[in-house]
Amino acid sequence: MHPILGHLRQLSLYLLAWSPLSAILFYILKSVGGLSWLQAFAMVPLLCLVYAFMCLSAWYTCRGTPLEKSGFYRLALTHLVGAVVISGMWVAVAKGWAGALSSVDAFRGLDQRFGLDYPLLFASGVLIYLLAVALHYVLLSVEFSREMEKREIQARVLARDSELKALKAQVNPHFLFNSLNSISALTSIDAGRAREMCILLADFLRKTLGLGEKIVIPLREELELVRSFLSVEKVRFGARLTVEESVAPGALDCAVPPLLLQPLVENAVAHGISNLTEGGWIRVGVSCDGNKSDAHGVDLPDDLRIEVENNFDPEMPRRRGHGVGLANVRQRLATRYGDRARFEVRAQGDRFQVSIVLPAEKAEAVV
Amino acid sequence: MNDAIRKLTAVIVDDEELARAVIREMLRAHPEIEVLGECANGFEAVKMVSERKPDLLFLDIQMPKLDGFEVLELVGSNIAVIFATAYDQHALRAFEVHAVDYLLKPVSADRFEAALERARQRLGAPLAAPIAELAAAAREPGHYAERIVVKNGTRVHIIPVAKLDYVEAQDDYVALASQGKKHLKQQTISSLEALLDPKDFLRIHRSCIVNLDRVSKVEPYGKDSHVAILSDGSRLPVSRAGYARLRAVLDSQTS
Repeated sequence: MHPILGHLRQLSLYLLAWSPLSAILFYILKSVGGLSWLQAFAMVPLLCLVYAFMCLSAWYTCRGTPLEKSGFYRLALTHLVGAVVISGMWVAVAKGWAGALSSVDAFRGLDQRFGLDYPLLFASGVLIYLLAVALHYVLLSVEFSREMEKREIQARVLARDSELKALKAQVNPHFLFNSLNSISALTSIDAGRAREMCILLADFLRKTLGLGEKIVIPLREELELVRSFLSVEKVRFGARLTVEESVAPGALDCAVPPLLLQPLVENAVAHGISNLTEGGWIRVGVSCDGNKSDAHGVDLPDDLRIEVENNFDPEMPRRRGHGVGLANVRQRLATRYGDRARFEVRAQGDRFQVSIVLPAEKAEAVV
Repeated sequence: MNDAIRKLTAVIVDDEELARAVIREMLRAHPEIEVLGECANGFEAVKMVSERKPDLLFLDIQMPKLDGFEVLELVGSNIAVIFATAYDQHALRAFEVHAVDYLLKPVSADRFEAALERARQRLGAPLAAPIAELAAAAREPGHYAERIVVKNGTRVHIIPVAKLDYVEAQDDYVALASQGKKHLKQQTISSLEALLDPKDFLRIHRSCIVNLDRVSKVEPYGKDSHVAILSDGSRLPVSRAGYARLRAVLDSQTS
């Protein structure tokens, strides 16, 4: 929406700002252009009012040629052409009005008299239009910064929101209750292992604490969290759970949003392993893709490719709740990386695979 | 002599070794309950319960192959079932299928004793309705079955509803036709109808439900009735009301 035309307050301020302009034009046309008081009164205020509105059209050309993205020549050409066209139209309007007034007795001969002033009027029109262009660029930049501010706040709220959700999903009550049940069983069977399980569980819970406040963590930490989670689940599932991990050493220091991998692995346990009588496997793979350098020869971070794969029983009906964890990870990736991250889910035969590609950033570089 | 306490037999079903161990240990305080065996998945459970006929079944809900509700549906109603699970969202459904009790893991000794007490009372008075009926009634509205489980002796068949061609009522049973085979299940056709998504299945006769995908044509048959011919050549009776319903569905699909 037009920032001036759309709001009554802005419009009245804008028109008020035109009154000194109109006074100057009045003075020029009277003393230099040689109009009489009456003639000037009949012409100037109306012409100024018309031109005030005509100049508002600069908004559209300004928006079409953003200051920071357009070259000098393009800017100059666009606005000079705009100024000539708009001012030309204004002069035509002035001519029409002068012609119309001439038919009245009091203004007889005004059209001939005014005809000599057209170059003067045209030149003022060009100058005023360029002034309007400058004003609109100022308005544009104000609007832009306001928009950015709003978007940033929105992104921050979204991020916080999803972190909270992730954390809530994190301390999954099912996981906790099942683990406690395992401990309760172990206390009489093998007290040593019961204590070990308590420590593993405590370890995992401690690692998740405070994660919600961080925007990113090194992949190394996320992998530790995943291992910690899986070692608890290994007590529960015993030999039924096999884990393979292959991580490119260069990837360990890359920054990832916290709780990116853990929900995927938890999903693999809940919907894969726990439905397989003979047990199943989970594979976590991380690699770095591509090798780009920027113009200065500095190595730019590569893409980070993360895959979590597991087998599952395709004949089990899908339980509800499936996909909530996945959707959460997908949403958080989209909030943080936009188009720069990819998230794909594939189920083929008895294999379920989630792959994520995100721009690798070094963990230290991100604050 | 301790005649007041009847000797009971029990089977423990849970896919987690440690979870079975807790129940086994708690039962150790009850010499009057004999543990016949333990099962790690739904298939084993159905087989063992059919063969050994225990009085009492400790049943986990989330398990490989068949979940706890499906196991219960297959093993019939003259057994006292105690669900033991970490998931409390199933509690309501558990009581609707007349489970004796619903234990939340980890289970306390007091709670376990209370469940056993309830089981003893229940064993005096067996249920009237077949569990399959109760299971059908316990389903949440708007959620339809994705598969149907059928037991044949000790063998369990899982029929995904997409592979179900038609269902015929036969006395107290329904015959489920799938891929050229028929499976018998003790259930009424009406309760089965309630489990099937009406978008895919239609009751075309008092004794017949058909998978709409399989219908290839409908021909007049006799004065008032019609016959539906399926893509595999099977012919099913269509009543007058059934024909009206079928017409409505087929017309809405073609238009």
